[in-house]
Amino acid sequence: MAIDLSRATFWGYRRENGRVGVRNHVIILPVDDISNAAAEAVGNNIKGTLALPHPYGRLQFGADLDLHFRTLIGTGCNPNVAAVVVIGIEEGWTARVVDAIKATGKPVAGFGIELHGDHDTIMRASKAAKQFMHHASALRREERPLSELWVSTKCGESDTTSGCASNPTVGNVYDKLYGHGVTLCFGETSEVTGGEHLIAARCRTPEIKAQFMRMFDRYQEMINRHKTDDLSESQPTKGNIAGGLTTIEEKALGNIQKIGRKCLVDGVIDKAETPTGPGLWFMDSSSAAAEMVTLCAASGFVVHFFPTGQGNVIGNPILPVIKLCGNPRTVRTMSEHIDVDVTGLLRKEMNLDQAGDALMDMMFQTANGRLTSAEVLGHREFVLTRLYESA
Amino acid sequence: MSIHFVVHEDGDGVGVVVVEGIKAGQELTGWVMEQNRDITIVAKDPIPIGHKVALKDHGVGDTVIKYGVDIGRVVAPITQGQHLHVHNVKTKRW
Repeated sequence: MAIDLSRATFWGYRRENGRVGVRNHVIILPVDDISNAAAEAVGNNIKGTLALPHPYGRLQFGADLDLHFRTLIGTGCNPNVAAVVVIGIEEGWTARVVDAIKATGKPVAGFGIELHGDHDTIMRASKAAKQFMHHASALRREERPLSELWVSTKCGESDTTSGCASNPTVGNVYDKLYGHGVTLCFGETSEVTGGEHLIAARCRTPEIKAQFMRMFDRYQEMINRHKTDDLSESQPTKGNIAGGLTTIEEKALGNIQKIGRKCLVDGVIDKAETPTGPGLWFMDSSSAAAEMVTLCAASGFVVHFFPTGQGNVIGNPILPVIKLCGNPRTVRTMSEHIDVDVTGLLRKEMNLDQAGDALMDMMFQTANGRLTSAEVLGHREFVLTRLYESA
Repeated sequence: MSIHFVVHEDGDGVGVVVVEGIKAGQELTGWVMEQNRDITIVAKDPIPIGHKVALKDHGVGDTVIKYGVDIGRVVAPITQGQHLHVHNVKTKRW
């Protein structure tokens, strides 16, 4: 059943800038919290569109504001998105998002609410959204080479089975994809604590290693500045501890299994930045599931591997999240959330290569259009990372 | 033979229970994944699925090894077969 990856293809939507998506969403993107109501009204009016409400975007400044724009713009530019309607309270910041998305060649229209009110904005934005739905629904998938697929990973509600089964399964697939020009990503800066030396040793050059260690050290400094205890119940989470993980070091060593044994770290990116070439990228990011997956989507990844132990139920509005699990109790009690069952690994009924091939098969099915459990169940967590208080 | 726990590699001080309902006094079979060999041990505590069993005695201040790497320090004595978790092991970071 092993696939010849050198000739493998998937069926995706080729966008105006050459990137290839595996979904074809028309999104209604609010610039700020107070534009959610209008965005959701347009989403209700125009069938097939998807509003992405969120709680931020007012009085942010500096690096935190840059990250806000980068995340919204990156989400709009993601090739899983066919077209974008942007709605903001005023036209200036709305235009900033619109213009950046427009640079990819993608259909995009922006609307400011001030001087119009919600009713008029909803009407004008709905007319644009309707045209975008006609445009998007007429697009067809094309056969594209595997090298045009961008795959990210992040684990959640991990337990000890994650490090024994589901995370090494992702690592097996990453090792297999690595030589085929695929763009890959991992992150979770606090969650490599105790295994940072292992990632440093996998960095391709001394420069990349130094960049990675700067990101790691900065995150440690931030934690040490704010912590009131040893972070037990936060990192590792209460759920991690219930699942048997004892310390951050143990959790980190399980987490790191996701990058396999062979692939090297070819570069590092800040939150929601876009990789500039194929290979494996480390993203400096939160370890909170919805934040990290939202950042992966904003960086341009189109398929996501999410190993879980205790059963994190997360999804994302535009990035299909494939869940895999090696804990037999979780697979039994939460089966509707699990796309790939790798419990056989812990019964010696399957080996890591077979588990990896099962995940690889689900990756191709998902890329070709099969909806994931998180998509079917309506998990659309869109969670923006904040760096500090608003002004 | 079916296995009750897995060990990442030889030299690790702990195994991970992968079945439900382990009781004190039960003889357990473990699979050392890296070396692909089986070992046996007697559980001294009931240990939930996903939780760790000590494969050797640990004294206070000892380092616990898993994946061949340091995962924390012992804060209460642990004997072989006991449940090893947050009540007797803490992080060395933070």
